[in-house]
Amino acid sequence: MKQIVTIGGGIAGMESSITLAQRGYDVTIIEKDKNTGGKMNEWNVLFPNERPATEITDYLYKKTNNKNIHILTGTSIVKSTKSLTGGYSLMTDKNKKLHADAVLISTGFEPFDASKKEEYGYSIYENVITSVDLENMLRKGQPILTSKGEKPKRIAFIHCVGSRDAKCGNKYCSRVCCVTGIKQAIECSRQLPDSEMFCFYLDIRMFGLEWEKLYQRAQEEYNVQFIRGRMSEACENQDESLIVKAEDTLSGLPLKMKVDLIVLLVGITPGKGTSNMASIFSLEREENGFLQIDDPHFGKNYSSKKGIFLTGTCVGPMTVDETLENARSAAVEIDHYLTKKSIL
Amino acid sequence: MNPFGFELLDSKRIDYEKSDTRLLNKVLEKEPSFKRCLSCGECTATCTAGSLTNFNIRKINLMLRHGQTEGLEKEISKCMLCGKCFLVCPRDINLRNVIMLIKKGVLKYNTEKKKI
Amino acid sequence: MDIPFFAWPFLLGIIFIIVFFIVISIIWFTGLSGIDRVRIRRNIFTVKTLQATYEVFRESLIHRKMYKKNPVLGYMHMSFAFGWFLLIVVGHIEAAVSYHTLNFPFWKSIFFRYAETNPPVTFQAKALSAATDFLLIYIFSGIFLAIYKRFNSKAFGMKKTTHLKAGDRIALLGLWLIFPSRYVCESITAGIYHNGSFFTQPTGNFLASFFPLQSMELASWWVYSLSLGVFFFALPVSRYMHIPVEILLIFVRKYGVQLKKHVNGYTRIQTFACSRCGVCLDSCQMLKADINNSQSVYFLKQIRGKKLNDEQLFNCLLCGRCQKDCPVGLDLNDLRITQRIESTKNYNSKYDYLKGGVSPHADVVYFTGCMTHLTPSIKKAMLNILDYAHINYWFMDKDEAPCCGRPLMQAGQYEAAKKLIKNNTEKILSSGAKTLLVSCPICYQIFKEDYELPGVKVMHHSEYLLNLVNQGLIPAIKLPINAVYHDPCTLGRGSHIYEPPRELLKNYLSLIPMKQEKEDALCCGGSLGNIKIEMNERKQIRDDVLNTFKSYNPDQIITACPLCKKTFAMGTNIEIHDLAEVVWKGISRKKHLDNKSREVEQIKVI
Repeated sequence: MKQIVTIGGGIAGMESSITLAQRGYDVTIIEKDKNTGGKMNEWNVLFPNERPATEITDYLYKKTNNKNIHILTGTSIVKSTKSLTGGYSLMTDKNKKLHADAVLISTGFEPFDASKKEEYGYSIYENVITSVDLENMLRKGQPILTSKGEKPKRIAFIHCVGSRDAKCGNKYCSRVCCVTGIKQAIECSRQLPDSEMFCFYLDIRMFGLEWEKLYQRAQEEYNVQFIRGRMSEACENQDESLIVKAEDTLSGLPLKMKVDLIVLLVGITPGKGTSNMASIFSLEREENGFLQIDDPHFGKNYSSKKGIFLTGTCVGPMTVDETLENARSAAVEIDHYLTKKSIL
Repeated sequence: MNPFGFELLDSKRIDYEKSDTRLLNKVLEKEPSFKRCLSCGECTATCTAGSLTNFNIRKINLMLRHGQTEGLEKEISKCMLCGKCFLVCPRDINLRNVIMLIKKGVLKYNTEKKKI
Repeated sequence: MDIPFFAWPFLLGIIFIIVFFIVISIIWFTGLSGIDRVRIRRNIFTVKTLQATYEVFRESLIHRKMYKKNPVLGYMHMSFAFGWFLLIVVGHIEAAVSYHTLNFPFWKSIFFRYAETNPPVTFQAKALSAATDFLLIYIFSGIFLAIYKRFNSKAFGMKKTTHLKAGDRIALLGLWLIFPSRYVCESITAGIYHNGSFFTQPTGNFLASFFPLQSMELASWWVYSLSLGVFFFALPVSRYMHIPVEILLIFVRKYGVQLKKHVNGYTRIQTFACSRCGVCLDSCQMLKADINNSQSVYFLKQIRGKKLNDEQLFNCLLCGRCQKDCPVGLDLNDLRITQRIESTKNYNSKYDYLKGGVSPHADVVYFTGCMTHLTPSIKKAMLNILDYAHINYWFMDKDEAPCCGRPLMQAGQYEAAKKLIKNNTEKILSSGAKTLLVSCPICYQIFKEDYELPGVKVMHHSEYLLNLVNQGLIPAIKLPINAVYHDPCTLGRGSHIYEPPRELLKNYLSLIPMKQEKEDALCCGGSLGNIKIEMNERKQIRDDVLNTFKSYNPDQIITACPLCKKTFAMGTNIEIHDLAEVVWKGISRKKHLDNKSREVEQIKVI
């Protein structure tokens, strides 16, 4: 039986491993954290229909409970050599040797470290949080409160933090943050019906089929207001409330707004795991640091090296449904490759 | 100041046929990064002069790009060249050079509105 | 008068250059400001003249400062300057000894071997003759290096060498011909009359066996005299004008003359004193970004040629590294700012919208500066420290406030900056404060140099916080951090504050000393002094500097300037912190430890 090693036990790694196991392959998933599931373990509900993230992870946990799938957690690959019989010989940090006829990299992403954009005040002012922090709070059922323990009367959501920003070193759009922001604005508005929600945006990128509807609902049903202008800096008052400084570009006037909470919608950046695997397997990276795919139309799961496949957000920003699709297609490509039925 | 223009004046509609792009071309030739502006407004939001008076650098740049240079000389004289706009621009535009080129250019090109 | 004909090119040349130099000095002197002329008159008959003479000897002849920066280049310049100087002196001594009088025709000391064809007999005469030959060899070593440098500047550790204009080329030709032609004509004469020494005599003998020396002798001395003449006549339109002007500069500077913010006689003296040695090219970090046409040497050349170009004039970081290394000690930054003032003097900048206001009374005015609003960690740390130490302060630019005016001034808009200065001055003085505290070195330099704040002491936060520690108002505690400290250009080379930040930091962490620090520190690349440079070029400079930091393996990089902090933070994952943040971290840690030990005490009591 042919053996595949999947590096990264997030939803991409798990879904592709399930598809591979269904096709009769033996798959080992290597995950550096204590648990599989990756970032899905941190999310509360998913856009566009507010499906609980646990539904995704429960499904994947159930399906990976399969005799052909072996999951090793709390470990990572440290060395790789080309095997004489084709494929790769891998070694983990616990000195375990693994043989892989094909390697699948699904190391995922890291959210942008908002403290790098210092003028936004993350990790300096108490009441500035990121969308990741907010999602964690909602998942744990914690009430949304300011640092002083009060209900925020006004929350500002800042779009494009760490994306489309040459000063942060990331010129690309992270795809998922606009819809995440509007989803979170709706969730906050539901929890705090008397509070005001403001989204400071650059462009509203609601490209999914159901998404534009969400934007309209946010405006009509949840009184979320939208201001086109990127925040330049946040300042703190004595009582730890914040002042947002932005320009309302549509009316052409600079604007100052006192808010109780600022949520930074952070983007997707290549993670440490991705850069580690890039150096261990000598994989090419594209200009933003993600792993370089072979061809955007015909080789999205192919890397620059034969026998090494890529899936998930290690190649670029993706939504959850796109990630799962991409994972299944990676499994199909690996199947073609190992049975020499590849179209390339 | 009146942002709505309810006074009885000519329409404030931008007429592209009447645009004067001489100064714009000069600026773009010396500072091509200016083409990248996506009007995000960070420059105006952070502007030191903009917090003290009616000065909107993004709008000035935008009007210049439309070839609308009326009143440009008076407006551009308000900038203190502090550099905050340049430090926040997400498209890495060399804004201080754009402003200096405009300041130099208005001396050369007559930017007052031509009487019809 | 029996001056031989061939001597006339030299004599005319030297008379011309002396007259030219006197005339130009008078023109420049009258172009000085009144107060500078008073300074000269007052100091000319004091010990300062002797000090200046010593400096001329040390820098114009020996080239000590250049030698320290680049030994081979220094040796080369010294061999020309000092060697030629000694040749003239030795020639005069030779003539005086030979004629037993100091009263001999001038040309006889320059063309001594022609005038005195008897071979040297006495020990002194032989020794002086040998000294002359030795000096010729010494100068030849310099010429060899100079020719080699034209073709292979990298061998000199210099990445680039300066380009030459037509006037430079003619003078250079003259200069390089002088000593070889002297060698030839003295050797020919030695071959005929045997009055040479250990270098010229064997050559003369060698030539005598091949050529009819008698018929060649006069022609060879013509060549020598012509090369001298060509050099002197070409001097005013070449870089070698620096030879006399540098000497004038040393004296004038010693007497206390200062550069003004408009072009005057002193500006011109400095401009012509540039020897185009090229040391400023090596110091300039913009070479890392392939910018190589706007450095100081080219800028000064453009002033002289009246071909100043905005694209190059404004493409300078004003970091001061070239100024620090300049062997002539030119005020390169101020020269450039003066030209920028000239270039932008018609720009209109109106700040009528600046409002006055009632300033609250306080002991200390804290002016954080425009840049610090984009690095709020510094602002917050400073406010926390000031509150902790119970300082009675007024946060002047908490909300709306104008800029300090220095970026405007660096861009040449000096008159406009004065309006900002006036507005800020009124606010500061009306608060009655005795101290103006700034956390940004850019603001610090303009407050110190261009603001008039009587009774107010301007302090950078490194000095102020060090005071607080020394007075015991804030605690010191060592944190387990190994860090490197980056000297900001404006704080270091600009304001000469190197030790207070280090003394302050040593209370809180361990500093790793770096090879290029203090006066020699590198510029982060973020400077507002440069208007033209593109962002990706700045990033190249920044990344190069970060690589040198990384080679020391620090836990953190500490800066004292918000612009440096912002510039570096975007280029690395190593933590970058300002001094104020380090101090506040120390204070917080001390507070935390004190609280814990208090809890332990309380438990013990119970």
